[in-house]
Amino acid sequence: MDGFLVIDHVSKSFGSLRAVDEVSLTVAQGEAFSLLGPSGCGKTTLLRMIAGFERPDGGRIIVGGRDITALPPEQRPVNTVFQNYALFPHLNVWENIAFGLRMSRRPREEIRSGVDRMLELVRLSEHARKRPAQLSGGQRQRVAIARALVNRPQVLLLDEPLAALDLKLRQHMLMELNAIHEQVGTTFIYVTHDQGEAMSLSDRIAVMNNGKVEQVDSPVNLYEKPRSSFVASFIGDANFFTGTVVEMQHEGYVRVSVEGLGSPLVLSNGTVSANQTLRLMVRPEKISLMLKRPPSGERVNAFRGIVEDIAYFGSHTRYRIVAGEHSILAQLQRSRFSGGDIDPVRGTEVWMTFHPDEGRVVMLEGEA
Amino acid sequence: MNAESGRSKQWLLTLPSLAWLGVFFVIPCILVIVTAFRPADLQGGVGSGWTLETIHAVNNPAYLPIIWRTLWLSSITTIVCVALALPMTFQMARVGPRMRQVLLLFVVIPFLSNFLIRIFAWKSLLHPEGPLTRLLHWLHLIPEDALLLNNVGTVLLVLIYTQLPFAILPLYAAAEKFDFGLLDAARDLGAGPWRSFAKVFVPGVRRGLISAALMVFVCSLGQYMIPQMVGGASDEMLGSKIAQRVFADRNLPHASALAAGLMLAVLVPMLIVAVWHRFSRKEGAA
Repeated sequence: MDGFLVIDHVSKSFGSLRAVDEVSLTVAQGEAFSLLGPSGCGKTTLLRMIAGFERPDGGRIIVGGRDITALPPEQRPVNTVFQNYALFPHLNVWENIAFGLRMSRRPREEIRSGVDRMLELVRLSEHARKRPAQLSGGQRQRVAIARALVNRPQVLLLDEPLAALDLKLRQHMLMELNAIHEQVGTTFIYVTHDQGEAMSLSDRIAVMNNGKVEQVDSPVNLYEKPRSSFVASFIGDANFFTGTVVEMQHEGYVRVSVEGLGSPLVLSNGTVSANQTLRLMVRPEKISLMLKRPPSGERVNAFRGIVEDIAYFGSHTRYRIVAGEHSILAQLQRSRFSGGDIDPVRGTEVWMTFHPDEGRVVMLEGEA
Repeated sequence: MNAESGRSKQWLLTLPSLAWLGVFFVIPCILVIVTAFRPADLQGGVGSGWTLETIHAVNNPAYLPIIWRTLWLSSITTIVCVALALPMTFQMARVGPRMRQVLLLFVVIPFLSNFLIRIFAWKSLLHPEGPLTRLLHWLHLIPEDALLLNNVGTVLLVLIYTQLPFAILPLYAAAEKFDFGLLDAARDLGAGPWRSFAKVFVPGVRRGLISAALMVFVCSLGQYMIPQMVGGASDEMLGSKIAQRVFADRNLPHASALAAGLMLAVLVPMLIVAVWHRFSRKEGAA
């Protein structure tokens, strides 16, 4: 297995709870990688095992070709940005950042230049003599990043780095983190439960659920081609339908009969067989609404429904449409509503259409 | 609410405790100092008029070894108690809440029995015919004629025993508030377990550390029962002398002069610490 950070069949149990279950991951050097999942999915335990605070029950963790599974935290080429930052309250900003270099007994001159360089990187040079208690949340976080990066770790772990910040600051720090990552080129591992954070920070994301990795992919692929219904529902919103395969076409397209709706043509992931019961998924913003029936054709999926609820968000509008027993969410930019100048109101009969490429077959939960 | 009325409200709130301190601490202290300048009368009371006679009498080189012994016994007691209490409170703050209650109870239980009785217990434990002495003889750990009682080592041992809870309680209060996640951060940044303890935990509980040290030091300085009961004739502390002046010599001015000296010796370091505290807090806020 190549790769810079290799997690090889790592497991960890707490009592009868299997927190991390045979997880294997490979992260490239310099990659920005996220562990994403709901609370209790095992992502934090996995992070703590990489940092050395928990010992895995089985498996290996390798960084830069060296097996670090048995090393205590202080001997690992890994540093952590903690969720609450864990800055030392009795030391000022400068001393906080210098802590790691002092612990490894570097020469005084190297400590001074290293800390000053980091202060510049996180733009806190003028706050060097302040105590952590005198800093704002965003500044504290930048100290925590500088304190970790000054040791030139081979892997930087960031535990929910933005969770403690308010929305405005979060968006700003998002950009800042990307800029810092670009500048230092270190491998970043984020742990987060926020899909938006993970999507905008990482090159690749591992979506975790119940101690297992559901899918490892780029943000675009996770959103556009989720393999499981868990991934599809955890990242963004999704409409799910259960149906039976009635026709297999070339290039992976299958026609699925969905009771109470119709028989849409969708793209499968290539592992389906005729008469199989399966689950398909359509993102709300991939559905178009029309007041009149669209011209029929082989590759058009069109279904009739009644508008039940409308929510206006400014940048977009959400419609809840009832078709038989199905309740379908559609999301449109206002200008994209086609087939008439009037806006639909509650009770309007509309036609929903989506392209076959936008309907995807996903695995049922637990069938990974 | 403006700052002015907020401040006057604060004053009102602290008034009861200030009054308490005034009546039961400041006034008695002044009385003690004043008594030192009064003549002694023959009935063991205090006469009228003023005199410097007592001050001259107290300025006696015979007191020097006693003062020196009092200081070093108290200092070693302080160092040992704090050194024992630090790891103990570190563990106490880390265990689960139930275990924590049990351990705290163990610290407080000795207070349920009388101070004198506990010292008597030591006396019979260390007595030449006592169980500990016989056990150590039997194990050949001490020579046949060794005396575990009536020497300065015993005084130190019992001092440490009686003062240890006074070091544990303030340190525990500080350790309980300590964020143990900081130790993870220290380990993560390359500090081993011992250096994490020394560089992060100890500074983190430094307020409790100072309280503990002051508490033990001050309480040790004034001890007189312990040297009298488990110490030898040459193991007297300054407190023993004060007790002797009061109960045996019935010379209250002389006792007051000694007590005033001891009091100043206690108050001056406390004042220095308080000023330093305030100064360091100001510096931190700048």
